[in-house]
Amino acid sequence: MDFLPATVPLSWFLILSAILFTLGVAGFLLRRNIITVFMSIELMLNAVNLTFVTFSYRLKQVDGHIFSFFVMVVAAAEAAVGLAIILTVYKNRSTLEIDDVSSMKL
Amino acid sequence: MPGNYMPSAAELFRFSPELLLTAAGTLLMIFEAITSPKQKRSLPVFAFLSLLAALALAVAASSDPGPAFNRMLQVDGFATFFRVLVMAIGAVTILISTNYLKQAEHEGGEFYSLVLFSVVGQCLMATANELIMIFIGIEVSSIATYVLAGYLRDDKRNNEAALKYFLLGSFATAFLLYGVAWIYGTTGTTNLSGVRGVLLDPQNAPNAILISVALGLVLVGLLFKVSAVPFQSWAPDVYQGAPAPVTAFMATGPKAAAFAAFLRITMWAFEPVKNHWIPVLWFTAIATMIVGNFAALRQSNVKRLLAYSSIAHAGYVLVALTAASKTGTEAAMFYMVSYAAMNLGAFAVIAHVARKGERRVEIDDFAGLGNRQPLTAAIFTVFLLSLIGVPLTGGFFAKFYVFKAALDSQLIALTIVGLLNSAVAAFYYLRLIVIMYMQPAPEGVDTLPEPSLGIRTALVACSLATVVLGVFPSLVLDIAGRGASFIR
Repeated sequence: MDFLPATVPLSWFLILSAILFTLGVAGFLLRRNIITVFMSIELMLNAVNLTFVTFSYRLKQVDGHIFSFFVMVVAAAEAAVGLAIILTVYKNRSTLEIDDVSSMKL
Repeated sequence: MPGNYMPSAAELFRFSPELLLTAAGTLLMIFEAITSPKQKRSLPVFAFLSLLAALALAVAASSDPGPAFNRMLQVDGFATFFRVLVMAIGAVTILISTNYLKQAEHEGGEFYSLVLFSVVGQCLMATANELIMIFIGIEVSSIATYVLAGYLRDDKRNNEAALKYFLLGSFATAFLLYGVAWIYGTTGTTNLSGVRGVLLDPQNAPNAILISVALGLVLVGLLFKVSAVPFQSWAPDVYQGAPAPVTAFMATGPKAAAFAAFLRITMWAFEPVKNHWIPVLWFTAIATMIVGNFAALRQSNVKRLLAYSSIAHAGYVLVALTAASKTGTEAAMFYMVSYAAMNLGAFAVIAHVARKGERRVEIDDFAGLGNRQPLTAAIFTVFLLSLIGVPLTGGFFAKFYVFKAALDSQLIALTIVGLLNSAVAAFYYLRLIVIMYMQPAPEGVDTLPEPSLGIRTALVACSLATVVLGVFPSLVLDIAGRGASFIR
């Protein structure tokens, strides 16, 4: 494996997180199933965590690690509320297609 | 931070309003579980009183301003101003909601506890001196509001509003957070004062492109929260679908708090690079005013109409931010107060007229209100005139100070577009007044009951505030000026 550098450069992590974030945005905008859309948001948050941890390592600080814990906790709370909302929508409409959930358009 | 860090008594006192509200919110949930249906009637009273107590504590805490929790929070005049505002908004929301929830047969302590938690989040946004704290504040406020928007869980419109608010809200927060991560990477800190220090230091100035992109991502998140164009598309659906008292709350509280965070980030932390963000806000302000006002022209649903009107009002506040001066900050702060008073009042009237199931929220449902309930119609007219910006109402001075700040900063084009927009806006508000007074009520319409005690109190408080702001604007403007001096 001589063609690989001995350690993975930090910029690769940042590029990876940028790709993950973009995939999340694309998924949010293009997917039509509510659960998949929600998963795309989680993907974006995980990209943020990766960025925080990378910068934290680079800056030799522990702050970034702590921030990623904050993000995880908040994401968990958000998932609890979000899934409950999705559940009530499903109970009332029996569908999880985002295009079927728009009764208020002009 | 030292390993043995303990918050001092002074710091805890500065944070006491939030502590009190969190404790009260938790107690409300316990009371909800253990009290009899008859005792439950006192739950809103308890929530209301704890908000007033927290408001008094916030005022008391302003006598000893300073940082708290290792400079995570900054309790100063600016924070106190917005803290008092969001707590007052919470209190008025409780007044509007009690009767509404009774009609919907969905009374419960958890509604009031969610309002309190949301207010805690908004207070954190106002006091935060740290990007991560702003994020936590936004989330605490938003997660509670997502639930409130879908509170009547068997109502399809409520579900839809909650779903859209949740999906788009968390999407926006992810952008904000990604921006925070890059600000952390480029400046090595997330403390707003720290970021400002790094940006002011010419020796190790961070990469201008990176910092602009990072700030851009944060601005995307914040512009979503204040429903500015091009991130406004959620607001009409969510405001229309949510229960009317919750719409009143969402349109005022989270928006005021988001503007507080917005002001601290742009006017304080990123003030050294203001040439990067002023053009962005300039375009956003113009687009927001135009889209909001012209879309409002063709609405037939009153809640949706006010949703577009609130988008347009966010545009006027953005004009004040674009001015990037102390007068601009003052104007934005004054605008949020008068906007909160008139919007809460207008939505209180809508909640009253809409009644059970919100079947009467079309413009035509307001026909003949001038005859049926002259006093309600008169008070509604005060709010609508204030939304137009007629002299002797708070809305007039709000717009006056905004455009004065814009002119002081040589933003001639922005001022002209803003004034033309105010003229357009007058059309749809006046149409509502004309229908209320000139059009007879349709045949066979059922009688409208007298407004409940809560709604009456809210209407009197909001209309008094609107008129006082219009006659003695300096009362609030002086406080706003003292608050603005902390961030500029």
